[in-house]
Amino acid sequence: MQEIFNIFIKSIFVDNMVFAYFLGMCSYLAVSKTVNTSVGLGFAVIFVLGITVPVDYLLNVYILKPGALAWLDPSFADLDLSFLSFIIFIAVIASMVQLVEMVVERFSPSLYSSLGIFLPLIAVNCAILGGSLFMQQREYQSLAQATSFGLGSGLGWFLAIVAIAAIREKIRYSSIPAPLRGIGITFIITGLMGIAFMSFLGIKL
Amino acid sequence: MSKEVKEREPLFSPANLKLLTKPLNLNNPITVQVLGICSALAVTVKLKPALVMTIAVMIVTGVSNLVISLLRNGIPPRIRIIVQLVVIATMVILVDQVLKAFMYDVSKQLSVFVGLIITNCIIMGRLEAFAMSNKPWPAFLDGIGNGLGYGLILITVAFFRELLGSGTLFDVRVIPQGFYDFGYQNNGLMILPPMALIVVGVIIWVQRYYNRELIEKD
Repeated sequence: MQEIFNIFIKSIFVDNMVFAYFLGMCSYLAVSKTVNTSVGLGFAVIFVLGITVPVDYLLNVYILKPGALAWLDPSFADLDLSFLSFIIFIAVIASMVQLVEMVVERFSPSLYSSLGIFLPLIAVNCAILGGSLFMQQREYQSLAQATSFGLGSGLGWFLAIVAIAAIREKIRYSSIPAPLRGIGITFIITGLMGIAFMSFLGIKL
Repeated sequence: MSKEVKEREPLFSPANLKLLTKPLNLNNPITVQVLGICSALAVTVKLKPALVMTIAVMIVTGVSNLVISLLRNGIPPRIRIIVQLVVIATMVILVDQVLKAFMYDVSKQLSVFVGLIITNCIIMGRLEAFAMSNKPWPAFLDGIGNGLGYGLILITVAFFRELLGSGTLFDVRVIPQGFYDFGYQNNGLMILPPMALIVVGVIIWVQRYYNRELIEKD
C-alpha cells in the first residue's frame, strides 16, 4: 500500500511528465492559452493515461514480455514478442482516444468543440505513449502500481498545463521583448517552473 | 542558422530544393511550427545521442512521408490516423532494432525516446499537412528537410549544453585544463532538464530577432 502511494506521489511531482521528461509538450504549448480549455484537456489526459497504462501493463505481462506466453502453452516459454510493444501500445492508445472522444462529445458538447483538433491529437501526445513505455521500462510489480503510476502522471501533466495556462493569461498584460512574445517566453517560463519542480527531487516517502 | 545545401542533381529543381531548405529556418519544425518538442529536449545533454536521434527522426520522417504519399489515394479519410500510425510505428520498430543491434550504448541512453518518435508530432504533422496531398518525391524531400530542421535545433542545443555543462564535445575535452586550474567550473545547471527549455527559448528569441516576420501578434 505504502509503495503504491509512493509511486503516485513520485509520478506527480518528482518524475513530472512535463518538467522532468518534456513529454506531451506539443499540446502543452498549443492548448495552454486559456485555463478553461487546458482544464478540459488535462482531465482527458488523466482519464486516458489512467486506462491505457493498466491495459498496456496487462498486455505487457501476459503477451509481450519474454516468456510471457507460457500461460498459453509451455512450448511458448522462450518466445519474446517485446519488439511488438510499440505497435500494440499505440493501437490501444488510439482506440482509447476514440472512446474518450465519443464520451466527451455525448456528455459535454461545449468542451468537445473547444478542444477541437486536440482531442484526436491526444493519440499522438507523447505523455500517453511515454507513460506506457516508462511502465514497461521500470517493471512495475502489480496492476495497482501501474494504475497509480498512470493516474499520477496524468495528474502531474494536468497540474503543469493548468499552471502554465494561468501564467500565460496573466502575462498577456506584461511588456515582453517582441521577438520573445508567445512561444519563446513560454519555453523560458516552463524552464523556470522545471527548476522550481526540481526542489521535489529529494523527497523520500 | 543559415542554410546551404550542396546537392545538385537533376531531381533537385528550385521548388524541390526549397522544400529541403525552408524547414531549416523560416518553417523550422521546432521553433516555428512548434512540433516535436517532446523528444527534442530530453536527448540534448550530449551531442552523440542528439546526432543519433536526428538521423533516426530524419529516416522515419522521410520514409513514412514517402510511403504515405504512395498510398495517399488508397487511404479512406476516416481511418487515416490509424494507417499513418501503423506506418510510422513500423518504421520506428525497424530503427529501434537497428540501434539495439549496432549501437547498444546509445540505444540505452535514448531509452524510451526512440519509441516516442512514433508520437513525435513532426511526423504526424508532416504526413497530414504534406504527404497526404503531394507526390512521393516532394513528400520525401519535405520529410528529410523537416528532419534536418529538427536536427539543426537539436544539435545546437546539445552543443551548448555539452560545452558549458561538461566542457566536452562528442565526449572529447575541449576546454583546456589550464582554465580549470584558474578556477573555471563546468556549469552543472546546463545538464539539468529545465535548461534545455531555456536554451530553446533563447534560440527562438535570436531567430525571431533576425526574422521579424515570425514575431507573434496578439
